Amino acid sequence: MQSPGDSPIDPAITVRGLVTRFGSQVVHDGLDLIVERGEILGVVGGSGTGKTVLLRTIIGLQRPAEGEITLLGEPVAWDGSSTIRLAGRFGMLFQEGALFSALTVGQNIEVPMRERGGIPSVLMDELARLKVGLVGLPADACGKFPSQLSGGMKKRAGLARALALDPEVVFLDEPTAGLDPIGASAFDELILDLRRALGLTVVMVTHDLDSLARICDRIAVLVNKRVVVGTMKELVGHPDPWIQEYFHGPRARAAFEAPAAADRIGAEGG
Amino acid sequence: MKDHTVADALTVETRDGTLVVRLRGPWTLQTALSVDAAIRALADRAAASVTVDATSLSRLDSAGAWVIQRTVAQFDRRGVPVEIVGLDEGLQAILDKAAEHDQSADIAPAPTSSLLNFLERLGRRSVEGLHTGRNLLGLLGVVVVASGRIVVRPMTLRGTAVVAQIEATGVTALPIVGLLCFLVGVVLAYMGALQLTRFGAANLTVNLVGISVLREIGILLTAIIVAGRSGSAFAAQIGTMKVNQEIDALETMGLSVIDVLVLPRVIALIIVLPALTVFADVAGLVGGAMVCMFQLDMTIGQFLTQLSAGVTVWSFATGLIKAPVFALAIALVGCHSGLGVSGSAESVGRQTTRAVVESIFLVIILNAIFAIAFAKIGI
Repeated sequence: MQSPGDSPIDPAITVRGLVTRFGSQVVHDGLDLIVERGEILGVVGGSGTGKTVLLRTIIGLQRPAEGEITLLGEPVAWDGSSTIRLAGRFGMLFQEGALFSALTVGQNIEVPMRERGGIPSVLMDELARLKVGLVGLPADACGKFPSQLSGGMKKRAGLARALALDPEVVFLDEPTAGLDPIGASAFDELILDLRRALGLTVVMVTHDLDSLARICDRIAVLVNKRVVVGTMKELVGHPDPWIQEYFHGPRARAAFEAPAAADRIGAEGG
Repeated sequence: MKDHTVADALTVETRDGTLVVRLRGPWTLQTALSVDAAIRALADRAAASVTVDATSLSRLDSAGAWVIQRTVAQFDRRGVPVEIVGLDEGLQAILDKAAEHDQSADIAPAPTSSLLNFLERLGRRSVEGLHTGRNLLGLLGVVVVASGRIVVRPMTLRGTAVVAQIEATGVTALPIVGLLCFLVGVVLAYMGALQLTRFGAANLTVNLVGISVLREIGILLTAIIVAGRSGSAFAAQIGTMKVNQEIDALETMGLSVIDVLVLPRVIALIIVLPALTVFADVAGLVGGAMVCMFQLDMTIGQFLTQLSAGVTVWSFATGLIKAPVFALAIALVGCHSGLGVSGSAESVGRQTTRAVVESIFLVIILNAIFAIAFAKIGI
């Protein structure tokens, strides 16, 4: 695995002492998290524990009450300035794709490329078609408008746009929700391939236990307004009742006892 | 023989008719941009075979991989065999990914500017307009049947919803309706006074203001404001419910959308619009009276005497008769547009705009029909 960037020792993301409040409701209270470069981190937690809020805070969309966040060596400023400096170095796939409805899928993918500037339009078109193929969309989806796509296709198109400039970090908000199982595992494969080839760092909020077992190096569980981070093996033995419930529920057992998962856990253990 | 290098990333040599292409360092978007022109030119060169040496390729992103694959494909098409040697296994995956896709698809939608397109759009719009008319009539029918049920069994009317709609469409509209009609009354009286004084007929300003406010301005202005405020609100509320599948949920529970959403709005607006019209009439007359008092030195008594001589009960009634009809038109168009929302949030905005445009259009058309009808029967 290649490690991109100037200082490979630096973690991709550090979150220190994050406190998020909505009115009187405290969502995160002193949350610390470090994401290493090149790792795939799964973020899980019950409804309303602030998984999406955490992603939005890291990429600078949501200002926290307290805390410091560094993304790719840049302190996140929440006034848009750090986002501008980091443009093109990270990508985000929103839950519903968040495609620009007035543009075709191809044009959507070209938006970050145009913003970067200096890319000839022929090459831009070629790269847009490449990304469309890369995320497993049919070629003719390029010229379609988001309203003509199904939910799963929108998601793929959203990923294609997030990957437009080959970012170093990709944030995925429930990428496999709403995909059929075949599409979901193809998506998992795609993420693994991209990580292998590009040293991509991936932070994904997911409820897909298969994805967790198959591609995530570590898992961050949001409990008690903080995160517990560990590999699947470590978390299975964690005493917290929610984590116990999560990793020992019937669905979890079915997912983790699948052969691929068993191999993976075995390999990590040995 | 060393041919050329581009930023050290690409070195090309010819060795016994074989083109040896050496890739060095990271091949990312930045590299792809700097070698794009050179590598496009490379693809046109004559060669018996091509060897790509990727031994010192350190990184590869999809842009870099694409530029390589594109060139390989170009040689392939010419029948020149290409061999890639020394490629890191991890990078092979992304290179393979870059190969398997179709480059023929259009990015931008096909341009639409020909005459044929114009005609097609015109035809489409016309048919759409007719459909809208037919569907509106359909909705009118359904609403009439539903209100018939209410007449038979008054307890089935959703009273709370009606009252809530009366508040939303009527009470909160009072300030804006009052202010606008007052100002229009002022302007009308002022312009009338300026012109009529020259003919020594300053008194007729009162008749001018009285008749125009009571017959036309009061109701028309109110209807247009309500169309803009409430017609659009109906479309947006019902449209949003449609997007959230709330309409589907209602129907699944066996509740009729007409009874729950449409009828309360229609009834509320039919009650509200005449009331607002009366309020608007008063505001307009107050505006006119103020100008008459300050500009023409009339007393309030003189104004009222002149007004009662100038206008009849019918002047007031013709305005008021129109109100329920306009209300029905505005409510139906608003609800119809809302129910016409399809899927996306974008369509809510489009349908809301349509609701306003169509209901104002309809109000003005109906007003013209009323004017002709009233003239024919002489009131």
